[in-house]
Amino acid sequence: MAEHTLLEAVNLALRRALGDDDRVLVFGEDVGVGGGVFRATQGLMQAFGPKRVFDTPLAETLIAGMAIGLAAQGFRPVAEIQFMGFIYSTLDQLINHASRLRTRTRGRLTCPMVLRAPYGGGVHAPEHHSESTEALFAHVPGLRVVIPSSPKMAYGLLLSAIRDPDPVVFLEPKRLYRAAKEAFEDDGEGAPLDRCLVRREGNDCTLVSWGASMKETLAAAAQLAEKGVESDVIDVCTLKPLDVTTIVESVARSGRLVIVHEAARTAGFGAEIAARVADVGLYHLRAPIMRVTGYDTVMPLSRLERHYMPNAARIQAAVERSLASD
Amino acid sequence: MSNLDIHHTTLLGPDGHPLAPLPAEFANHETIRDLYRHMVLARTFDAKAVALHGSGRLGTYASLLGQEAVGVGIGHVMRPEDVLVPSFREHAAQLRRGVRPEELYLYWGGDERGSAFAGPTQDFPVSATVGGHAPHAAGVALAFKLRGEARVAVCVFGDGATSKGDVYEAMNVAGLWQLPVVFIVTNNQWALSTPRREQTAATTLAQKAVAAGFEGEQVDGNDVIAVAKVVGEALAHARSGNGPRLIECLTYRLADHTTVDDAARYRDESEVTPWWEKDPIARVRLYLSATAGWSDQQEKALLDECGTLIERAAEAYLATPPQGPEAMFDHLYGKLPADLAAQRDEVVAATKNRADG
Ligand SMILES: Cc1ncc(C[n+]2csc(CCOP(=O)(O)OP(=O)(O)O)c2C)c(N)n1
Ligand SMILES: [Mg+2]
Repeated sequence: MAEHTLLEAVNLALRRALGDDDRVLVFGEDVGVGGGVFRATQGLMQAFGPKRVFDTPLAETLIAGMAIGLAAQGFRPVAEIQFMGFIYSTLDQLINHASRLRTRTRGRLTCPMVLRAPYGGGVHAPEHHSESTEALFAHVPGLRVVIPSSPKMAYGLLLSAIRDPDPVVFLEPKRLYRAAKEAFEDDGEGAPLDRCLVRREGNDCTLVSWGASMKETLAAAAQLAEKGVESDVIDVCTLKPLDVTTIVESVARSGRLVIVHEAARTAGFGAEIAARVADVGLYHLRAPIMRVTGYDTVMPLSRLERHYMPNAARIQAAVERSLASD
Repeated sequence: MSNLDIHHTTLLGPDGHPLAPLPAEFANHETIRDLYRHMVLARTFDAKAVALHGSGRLGTYASLLGQEAVGVGIGHVMRPEDVLVPSFREHAAQLRRGVRPEELYLYWGGDERGSAFAGPTQDFPVSATVGGHAPHAAGVALAFKLRGEARVAVCVFGDGATSKGDVYEAMNVAGLWQLPVVFIVTNNQWALSTPRREQTAATTLAQKAVAAGFEGEQVDGNDVIAVAKVVGEALAHARSGNGPRLIECLTYRLADHTTVDDAARYRDESEVTPWWEKDPIARVRLYLSATAGWSDQQEKALLDECGTLIERAAEAYLATPPQGPEAMFDHLYGKLPADLAAQRDEVVAATKNRADG
């Protein structure tokens, strides 16, 4: 079995989807000849031709809006926004149109589109290139929000996102694009879009994260294990709809929950997870729910970004506070 | 549609010969030497930035190699009280306006203090979002108009930006309300890997002004004298209450899109070479040697002067002590809300632990 980076996994999934289904179109800024700024679409235009894989003018509202029109016409658009920092002008299209075309027409028209964007910090990128604002999208009824954290999951989740009958915002942690390789079969197998993935098991604490901060979360869990603290580490994978069952089952065993995300704290998706666990699992908790997150500040430019993003030490400290509190 | 009458200006040909008599304000050699000096300074700044990136001491940087005449021309004719609203590649205009090179290095080095430049105090920071700044220029111009001030907002963006709704929206309102704003497209023929011809079917970018109800024209963006003349006229037009103009400066991005790009992947070197022959700096040097006896000695003295100035700026940048991580809470609000003070303490504690551990 060949090993692939997360970036290669995205490319493989796009390639597979384009090959399997004539309705799939891949477009965005610089995705054609350029192959994407991170090379996620490298070689696709050459392989499938400029009718299936093409560059658009520099216009994000257009990219999202045109995907809606194509989707309503039966295509399966997979559009790229070059960086999450440039996705905000698409919010009108996503909130007012993509997410509710099905509802408004009582199912007469649907919107099976995917909007992909690299997100998150840690690559010393310029201004506006490093934010994590996934919670904005998770707030929108009718959208799915998917964030892989490993090559294998990126492959499976992207394939499922493309096949899904509804609009999906697919966010790729750019810090992990080339961080590690993982062996998996390019077999066209999708991964479920409504399930968390348990990446590590242990009964002392439940650690929940997604995307790039999974790396630090797993590192913290490994360091804690050396000290005899065994944690469940749950990769949320799909923020919306949320598989709260897997999380609550784990909390029922551990009694402790530490949520880690790179996004700012206030109204971050961690708040939703905490509320959902409180709704149905409050009495399992033996300690207050802890959140290790970015701060409620503007994502700093590159010199300070490492201080903004959660690291293993901060995560460990939170787990230790949780353990100490009963 | 190509029958729109779009005026085009070149004054100084690539070989340094004037194609027409130079306007009176450029007839004196001192002015030309000043324009020349600022272009050389901008190029020296640029080369140093690329080198600093290469040695890991600057972040991702967008080079302006080949586009020096646009920014210098703009900066030359703007008044100090005007406001520049620039894209991320207009270092030459910023430098000419008085932003210090070490401040620009600080910004591109990933430190917010670089945008807290000491002057010009009302100029906007660069816009890293393409075209997102065009409406700001309309707002700045509206402020001038509401207060009856004879000032002009100057918004500079790239050919790619002309595809953005923000740019159309700003131009539309500027035409409608006759705002004192000059829009300038630095058409360097490329938007990252996307060539100009794949951005729009319009024959010129200048003609986009026509639909917004005002004049657009083209200028040789590698001819600093032409840029200064045409932008100067647009500024005068706007300043006297006659509304906006759009000026398309035809130039070329000789460098990669940024220091992390490799243009060889998408453009042929054979396209780049001819543009070196239209180098904006060489043509002024040729003109100066032919008409003002510009000597090798003077040339060397200028290069040395710019080199020293930029080396000092780089040293000042590198010697700037880093901000503490709590700086991310500075200037977030006028007054830090109490709710955030605890988070600020958290950052300080986390850093301290890191330092101890
Ligand atoms: C709204 C937005 N979309 C995408 C990007 C990514 N991006 C940065 S520069 C660039 C190309 C810009 O081309 P142009 O406007 O011609 O300016 P130039 O780079 O040539 O100076 C792109 C696509 C961005 N910064 N902002
Ligand atoms: Mg351009």
